[in-house]
Amino acid sequence: MKRGNIYLSILAVVLVAAPLFLESRYSLHVLILVLLYVALGSAWNILGGLAGQLSLGHAAFFGIGAYSAALFAKTSLSPWLGMIVGPIVVLPIALAVGWICFRLRGPYFTLSTIAVGEVVRLVALNWNDLTGGAVGIVIRPSVFSGTSKVPYYYIVLAIAAVTVMLCKSINRRKLGYYLLAIREDEETAESIGIDTTKYKLVALAISASLTSIAGAFYANYFLFVDPTIVLPLALSVEIVLIAIVGGLGAVAGPVLGAVLLKLSSEGFRNEFAQANLLIYGLLLIIVILFMPGGLMGGFRRLQEFASRKSQRASS
Amino acid sequence: MHLLEVQDLTKRFGGLVAVDGLSFSVSPGETVSIIGPNGAGKTTVFNLIAGFHKPTSGTIRFNGSDLVGSKPHKIALMGVGRTFQIVKPLRGLSVYENVLVGAFAQTGDRSKAQAIAGDVLEFTHLFDLREATADGLPIGLRKRLEIARTLATGPKLILLDEVMSGLNPTESNNAVNLIRRLKDERGISAVAGVEHVMQVVLSISDRVIVLNQGCKIAEGPPSEVIENPDVIEAYLGK
Repeated sequence: MKRGNIYLSILAVVLVAAPLFLESRYSLHVLILVLLYVALGSAWNILGGLAGQLSLGHAAFFGIGAYSAALFAKTSLSPWLGMIVGPIVVLPIALAVGWICFRLRGPYFTLSTIAVGEVVRLVALNWNDLTGGAVGIVIRPSVFSGTSKVPYYYIVLAIAAVTVMLCKSINRRKLGYYLLAIREDEETAESIGIDTTKYKLVALAISASLTSIAGAFYANYFLFVDPTIVLPLALSVEIVLIAIVGGLGAVAGPVLGAVLLKLSSEGFRNEFAQANLLIYGLLLIIVILFMPGGLMGGFRRLQEFASRKSQRASS
Repeated sequence: MHLLEVQDLTKRFGGLVAVDGLSFSVSPGETVSIIGPNGAGKTTVFNLIAGFHKPTSGTIRFNGSDLVGSKPHKIALMGVGRTFQIVKPLRGLSVYENVLVGAFAQTGDRSKAQAIAGDVLEFTHLFDLREATADGLPIGLRKRLEIARTLATGPKLILLDEVMSGLNPTESNNAVNLIRRLKDERGISAVAGVEHVMQVVLSISDRVIVLNQGCKIAEGPPSEVIENPDVIEAYLGK
């Protein structure tokens, strides 16, 4: 545990100091993307990894957060307020969605979340008066009107750090254990006094709120939202992939997943041009085939292997 | 006063009457066995008491309050623990975590829950196995883990659904000892569902209820019940 804390401190220092060393705007941009997806993957992991409720509709919460921010661009208020308003709007929607979808289990739940994501996307696409429909909303840069990406970097770093810390704290609490129990067996969970419906709703509420905050940041950073960018099914899938490739349920899983997938997708795009998605797909297949527990599972097996080897060497 | 009072309990699944007008009661600290051949309705009785099924008619009172219509987790928190006939460990979790999850029913505080879990692991002799994954345990230990997880929730009554089935003689001896100690050392009442008339199980029961096709056909001290001609007929036929 102590050694873990040292690593964490080093990582924190490196991340805080990173803008001092990164010369190019592009590398800072990639880092911002990685951190955004760390937040998204970790937020999803609370519901999908811990509670075992595989949602393929998280783009809905991301998009609602993004639109909450973008709509402030129509007023004289700052779009950054979206980071507060996003969760406030998302919370009742998430609870209503959960109330309906949690009646379904396993793959049926997952299918219903896809439907929710599509419904929200279609509403955004057709409610022209509010969302601008397919044209989307352009946001005037407000506070950080300069060209530096550094302020954005620190904001997304804070979002990612808070999300990961929250996951870590949930993991160690009653809530975390209750979610694990629900993932493993809902009937058993009920038999030991766990209100499974309530705790699934709590997990969804936290997960959706955090996702909407990341969405609000996205709108402020890219200064443009439209349904195909912030509400596509592909985004929901990407969030899930990050958590699965990293390792379901483990706090560090989505962090590793985001680093691997976002870095490689950006790298492949530069290196392989048109073939980048092909290579990306191959990478996914390799990870899923050879590391069923994700990167975290892979590391754990490596550790076990190493300790067995050193035991054999010492005996 | 009775701890558990079941009256005129009936459960129909479509045309099948699984439990038919069953009445019985359990006093504090009492161990009652419900025996009966396969399909007699024992598991249904447990599912009804624990809230997993809703009775067609009848009442179930526990500690003075009505259980009918309450959700399973509410009933568990009121002090009715249960184990499952087909064991349902939280597979991916360790033995310790399985018990810890149960202990959180009594407290939201992690260190208090850890203390409860440690105590239960000692009591059930699972402490040395606490790091093992529940999935990898042999059936005897899984059954014991079921009891341990339930015990950690602090129940006043435990419903033990076929804790003996599938166990070898050593394992079932251990299980019998554990049930006996639940009563003697913790004062917990138990209702044990048992398919086969096993002398060891009957010996620890204060009272035996015999079910056949959902109806109670006999009730009394173990020694009397197993001599009852109706019971012998139910098991062996005429």
